[in-house]
Amino acid sequence: MCLAIPGKIESISGDDPLTRMGKINFGGIFKEASLAYVPEAKVGDYVIVHVGFALSKVDEDEAHKVFDYLKQMEELGELKGDGP
Amino acid sequence: MKYLDEYRDGERAQQFAQEIHRLTTRPWNIMEVCGGQTHAIVKFGIDELLPKQITLIHGPGCPVCVTPLEIVDKALNIAARPDVIFTSFGDMLRVPGSTTDLLAVKARGGDVRMVYSPLDAVKIAEQNPAKQVVFFGVGFETTAPATAMAVFQAAQKGLRNFSMLISHVLVPPAMEALLSSPNCRVQGFLAAGHVCTVMGYEEYPPIAAKYHVPIVVTGFEPLDILQGVLMVVQQLESGRAEVENQYTRSVRREGNRAAQELIRKVFKVVPRKWRGVGEIPRSGLGLSEAYAAFDAEGKFGVAEHRVEEPAECISGLVLQGLKKPHECSAFGTKCTPEHPLGATMVSSEGACAAYYRYRRRN
Repeated sequence: MCLAIPGKIESISGDDPLTRMGKINFGGIFKEASLAYVPEAKVGDYVIVHVGFALSKVDEDEAHKVFDYLKQMEELGELKGDGP
Repeated sequence: MKYLDEYRDGERAQQFAQEIHRLTTRPWNIMEVCGGQTHAIVKFGIDELLPKQITLIHGPGCPVCVTPLEIVDKALNIAARPDVIFTSFGDMLRVPGSTTDLLAVKARGGDVRMVYSPLDAVKIAEQNPAKQVVFFGVGFETTAPATAMAVFQAAQKGLRNFSMLISHVLVPPAMEALLSSPNCRVQGFLAAGHVCTVMGYEEYPPIAAKYHVPIVVTGFEPLDILQGVLMVVQQLESGRAEVENQYTRSVRREGNRAAQELIRKVFKVVPRKWRGVGEIPRSGLGLSEAYAAFDAEGKFGVAEHRVEEPAECISGLVLQGLKKPHECSAFGTKCTPEHPLGATMVSSEGACAAYYRYRRRN
């Protein structure tokens, strides 16, 4: 039920911050979502959407961290000689 | 899809699993709070990648599952009235009340409609001024910004034919209730990433300190969950009990302030009964005095309705992590997703339904 999915803002309609709506692209499926809670979001940004509301803007730098962490782990493993 | 597929990479999942195997020296019980995480764990077989010493306990984080019987009965009562259009998220429609469910009310002629967003219900109210439109407002903190906005907009538009039957629940009080139970086996938590996207995680350090449990805010994809488990295990093995954030691409420490502000404006914190668990103080949201006119319980006079929970279903024990679904004698026989005895079998995020779908063992 707390399912929330990342999608890309393709266009924005409305100026009132409380009723601003975005057209969101979820891998080719388009849906409208309220942008009331992500006033900083603009066209091209990825947002996490739950029941028709964008709840946060995906932080692109942070999104890489899982993979950076794995890479570090790999390098450390190689240093210790017990790498994969 | 970007930000989904790359977090499902099998090779990278194995890398995390190997690191968890390398670090684990003792048995540990870790609870994933959110039903969405339970679903992913069972669907992708994440628990089967982990060392035998690590037990994942499935938490109470499925709002459909914890909505008490009496609220479902109130929904059925309101939905059956001829002047009402009753709107709800799809997953509440099949939740059994004492005698029937919303789909059955619809089959008998009730106007029950599934909506994607609470704002759709507001639209229906605008289009049907002669009808009373009621939205079934269930969910955790993740959903509260959406229901709060629906009430706020209905008030701004002056809609007198819109109201909400609210059973909103809050996660941190439920975690505390679990931790303070003498039966508690939980030694570490994966906190719910989308709840924290809204609320942040400033509420958690006092809980981590008081009960000496590591709490790692965690996302929903396999790599997120495995990294979350790894971070909890690192803490447990080194004796730390801190709050950490794995799901940094979505969660900021302070959460979403704009959403919190509207939640505080529209709602107030109330005691709430959890199905199978009982009443937990300060664990729910109800409408604040300023928005009391939108409270369906008052409007339809169902506030005093009380029901006892049936005894045959062990969903309460499952929700507290004391029993696994297949340890129930009714599991897969008397109780199936087609004929559920309890709510954990109804919602796809309920532990029983997830076990039934992905690993039924006859």
